[in-house]
Amino acid sequence: MPIEYYTFLCCIIFGIGVIGVLTRRNAIIIFMCIELMLNAVNLLLVSFSKMHYAKAVAAGSADVLTAASEGQLFVFFIMVVAAVEVSVGLAIIVMMYRNTHNVDINFLNRLKN
Amino acid sequence: MTTQQLIFWFLSAVAVFSAIMVITRRNPVYSVLYLIITFFAISGHYVLLNAQFLAIVNIIVYAGAIMVLFLFVLMLMNLNKESEPQKNKYMLWSGAIAGGLLMFVLIDAVRPDGQVPVYDGLSGGNVGLIKNLGMRLYTDYLVPFEISSILFLSAMVGAVVIGKKD
Amino acid sequence: MTQYAWLIPALPLAGFLINGLLSGRLSKMMSGIIGSGTVLASFVLSVMVFFQMNGQTEVVTLFDFIKAGNINIPFSIQFDPLSSLFLLIITGVGFLIHVYSTSYMHEESDFHFARYFSYLNLFVFSMLLLVMGGNYVIMFIGWEGVGLCSYLLIGYWFKNTEYNKAANKAFIMNRIGDLGVLLAVFWMLQKFGTVTFAGDAGVLAQAAKLAVNDPALVGITLLLFIGATGKSAQIPLFTWLPDAMAGPTPVSALIHAATMVTAGIYMIARSNIMYTLAETTSGVIAIIGLATAIVAATIALKQNDIKKVLAYSTVSQLGFMFLALGVGSYVGAVFHVMTHAFFKALLFLGAGSVIHGTHHEQDMRTYGGLRKMMPVTHITMLVGCLAIAGIPGFSGFFSKDEILMGAFARNPIYYYLGLGAALMTAFYMFRLYAMTFMGSYRGDEHHHPHESPAAMTIPLIVLAILAFAGGFIGIPELFVHNGHKLATFLAPVFEKSTQINAIAHPHNISHTQEWILMGVSTVLIIVMIFFAIKKFGGYTRTDAEETGLGKVLANKWYVDELYDTIIVKPVMWIGNVFATTIEKSGIDKGVNGVGKSVQYLSRQFRLIQSGNIGNYIMMMVVAIVGFIWIVYYLKM
Repeated sequence: MPIEYYTFLCCIIFGIGVIGVLTRRNAIIIFMCIELMLNAVNLLLVSFSKMHYAKAVAAGSADVLTAASEGQLFVFFIMVVAAVEVSVGLAIIVMMYRNTHNVDINFLNRLKN
Repeated sequence: MTTQQLIFWFLSAVAVFSAIMVITRRNPVYSVLYLIITFFAISGHYVLLNAQFLAIVNIIVYAGAIMVLFLFVLMLMNLNKESEPQKNKYMLWSGAIAGGLLMFVLIDAVRPDGQVPVYDGLSGGNVGLIKNLGMRLYTDYLVPFEISSILFLSAMVGAVVIGKKD
Repeated sequence: MTQYAWLIPALPLAGFLINGLLSGRLSKMMSGIIGSGTVLASFVLSVMVFFQMNGQTEVVTLFDFIKAGNINIPFSIQFDPLSSLFLLIITGVGFLIHVYSTSYMHEESDFHFARYFSYLNLFVFSMLLLVMGGNYVIMFIGWEGVGLCSYLLIGYWFKNTEYNKAANKAFIMNRIGDLGVLLAVFWMLQKFGTVTFAGDAGVLAQAAKLAVNDPALVGITLLLFIGATGKSAQIPLFTWLPDAMAGPTPVSALIHAATMVTAGIYMIARSNIMYTLAETTSGVIAIIGLATAIVAATIALKQNDIKKVLAYSTVSQLGFMFLALGVGSYVGAVFHVMTHAFFKALLFLGAGSVIHGTHHEQDMRTYGGLRKMMPVTHITMLVGCLAIAGIPGFSGFFSKDEILMGAFARNPIYYYLGLGAALMTAFYMFRLYAMTFMGSYRGDEHHHPHESPAAMTIPLIVLAILAFAGGFIGIPELFVHNGHKLATFLAPVFEKSTQINAIAHPHNISHTQEWILMGVSTVLIIVMIFFAIKKFGGYTRTDAEETGLGKVLANKWYVDELYDTIIVKPVMWIGNVFATTIEKSGIDKGVNGVGKSVQYLSRQFRLIQSGNIGNYIMMMVVAIVGFIWIVYYLKM
């Protein structure tokens, strides 16, 4: 597949994630849409790693295997960070729920003024 | 259309459809479930792109662990009732438009003009095999690997501290 | 010798700094010694320079002052007959007045005493710079300096608001004149490219090549003359001088009689070639000088304050000097400057002695019979009055006569009007003498007027000798052939003008005519003196209201009131308009409006922080869209 199809797909999923963040009111749903965005980015990185591999193969370089693995390793780390972020974020949401019994972001406007 | 292309289009359709469902469902549990389907579709894409390791890890970590965590929290707070998106129509529309704008701008920005060279051997190759990835991870990228373990540790401590009832 | 000549102005400057910085820590004796000593040292140096003077012009450049493009204005001092003569007058009379001041001002505290002497030294420095300057700019520095010192010294007793107003008036009127000088300097730079006096490339040499009544020349000379009217108190800028009597009497003697007010005369004498060629301006100068002489003399007839009489007398005598300049008698003008310095300083110091002796009483109506109680002051002031009246043998006679002869040679009407002013001079001076020294004492019984101490009387005696003998350096041709030593001495400075005048205005007075005019004027003056003594010898105080012309004269022709209505009130009104309308409504509102609008905007902006996370994220997304747009689209 030409690489730009993957790019478009990623952009579409990313955009959907953004719409979800802006539109929804439930804090947890918003969190999930953020995860969606992260996944779109992961897909993009992996497709670029494939592109580099194909380029390396076409160029005929020796260490073809290592040429393209950066993308995938980076995705690995992104997943690590995403997992961490989710755990901490959900802990925060649980604490806020305990204080206010509500996860509506319009209600949680303590940063007002 | 070759098999590969067929699979690609199918997976893409599933991914986009589930994503839209994620953001439009009222019941949060439905959103979580649709998100899991999206993850599966994306893992399928990974396999197509010859990143087998990542495909499996995606399923295990994201769909398996993270989404389960989400479900736990939802059930804990009894939010499996209906919750609707913004009551304010203005916010709704402006959010949609802003996000849509972003989407279109991004697509247009990365759209290639002219011919993009098509590389042979787009499928195949051993780069995504776990052995090769592991070699790279433990030699060149050892330090970030170790640091990520510290990151996990701090996250665990943080989560426990935040969540403690005192 | 001239290598050390820079010390002449530098020593009074050092005196100013020492007395100024150490005010209050020096004893009165030290301040007095430092103040007077520096001027004495300058006087000694000036004498040495004077005796080395042989008619040549010598310019000493101290350092480069202004260098911009083609304009080169060095800080140079010039020694020629004119400047060396003025140096002697300034430092000599200045020294005597310094000595006098040590006694006159002894009631002040240590701090203020030193302050007085520092101001006086600064004044001497500025005046020396004025006459020694090698170009118009250095002269202007001194010009401004003397104006400043005049302000400082008039307002010396600064706790009195009236005195401060007088000081302000003097300074502001000076400033109006200074604008004229500045404009003239600019015009000179534009026309001649230089402001230096001497040399073939100097202003005066270049100006000599222009035609008679060349427009630029007329313009420059008129502007310089406006400056002179301000500094030397001619019509229309003369009203500051009588008010300047608010300062201590030695100040009046030094600044407003002998030196500062002669700065205008010096400047015109220095630029004499320009004035000879610009005949229109010379005519204007003669007429204004004459008018000032007459008007001031009429006012002096009816004044009762002894210092005011002397002040108007100064204005009148300055009018005479300008008349001399206007008719081309430059030597006469400089001669009169010298003799006037002697007798006017003498008269002022004598008045100071009288004021001191009568315990600070200045109204002549309370004087009388002081000749028995203050003998030395009496004799010296009599000498001064005889000199200013123009009795033959005294210095004033020679100089005034020269002026009147020059006036007659140009236009007989000038002579007759000048003679009228001279007669009035004699009259009011002897009215002053009679009211003060003759008759019997009309003052308070408890005041016993006494003679002044030696530090005050000795300068009086020295000045009296000079007022008597000073005229003998200028004996006209009529009496002794080649007797006019002063004219010979100053000839190199004025030679070009004399040549041109000899051709352009070849009116020669025969010796017979001269004898007749001299005799007639002397007789008339003696008649006026007797008239004045008879009328005021047995003066008794009546305190009757003045009526008619007397009232107008006593009120100084209402000139001050006229200026007040025409100039002061409209300016204050404009200032008021600006203060209330434009400042309060316009600018204040504008500035406050800016503040208010910023507050309003900030209030609006604050609402962005709604605390609503959704809003925040929305703004982020919009911003990202904007950035991508700019980066990708606008760059293409």
